[in-house]
Amino acid sequence: MYIIIAGGGKVGYYLAEELLTGDDNELLIIEKSSARVTEIGDRLDGTVMVGDACEASVLDGAGVSRAGLVAAVTGEDEDNLVICEIARYRGVPRVLARVNDPKNAALFKKRGIETTVSATEAILGQIEQELPVTEMIPVMQLHHGLELVEVRLSDTSPAVGRSPREILLPPEALVALIVDSGGVPRIPGADTTLTAGDALVVVARAESRTMLKEALIGGTHGFDT
Amino acid sequence: MGCGRTGSMIGATLDGAGHQVTVLDSNPDQLRRLPEDFRGQKAVGNGMDGEALERAGIQEMDAFIAVTQGDNRNYFASQLAKEVYGVARVICRVKDPRRQEIFGHLGIQTYSPTSAGAATMIEMLQQPEPA
Repeated sequence: MYIIIAGGGKVGYYLAEELLTGDDNELLIIEKSSARVTEIGDRLDGTVMVGDACEASVLDGAGVSRAGLVAAVTGEDEDNLVICEIARYRGVPRVLARVNDPKNAALFKKRGIETTVSATEAILGQIEQELPVTEMIPVMQLHHGLELVEVRLSDTSPAVGRSPREILLPPEALVALIVDSGGVPRIPGADTTLTAGDALVVVARAESRTMLKEALIGGTHGFDT
Repeated sequence: MGCGRTGSMIGATLDGAGHQVTVLDSNPDQLRRLPEDFRGQKAVGNGMDGEALERAGIQEMDAFIAVTQGDNRNYFASQLAKEVYGVARVICRVKDPRRQEIFGHLGIQTYSPTSAGAATMIEMLQQPEPA
């Protein structure tokens, strides 16, 4: 996934370091101070660019519309709010803001923006814990406008505790395979009950992703309207 | 919110028109821009701080105008006034035209002196110079 971190201070830097050692994340830090960019750029292998992430043109230049996550972790809450708002307006499915002053958390909540306290670990914990949950991973494009997607069920998923037949799936969608949390694959049958941690491999029309998300992940995750 | 040239002028004009006005600025020196006969309230505080807004009486306000130098500060305070304190009418000055366009789609009424000024001056050029 492509992740943009706005703010290359301590929090942004450690966050980037951790995320780079992780999975196949593609990462970009946007930092205002060119001195700071030089400082951390070497250590992070060039994944840092100079710019003010509050500027829509800077975010556009960074390819924000293809980012899966934008984390705004500058030291200014008003900047973090604006960065998240612009990113979300550009269609980023998940935005996360560091809140420096806890009093400001209420406004972020009103605006529907996920927040975290400044500690890097807390942000990481939130990302790693929630990313697989909120994400539906497109696996493969098939013929006739169909695609193969993988969806991991969290315990808040409306599908948990039900059989695949009881779920209201979009037209022409089919649960093809279930891989449980232990990695054991099963073909779904009439007596199958879905549990949290199951990964569902689903064949569906590409245009019905939103409906599929609602059925399998629930309506409250993500803000991609 | 913000007692610079624009803020003090809005405050003085609305006060002169008989409205009940409070002008807020984090720098008390700025409040001296208001004319001597200003009858409204002068409040010192940061408009992004809910407590400062409450002290200034945000809960009773019908309208809120954010005109500090910072676009982001103005947006933050405007959303605070609208979303948290339920102020009916909120106007936010945003100098950056691109940001203005986006904020306008996020439920805040915005004004950009940059685009408005540019448009006005171009229009002036297209008219003959007044004698």
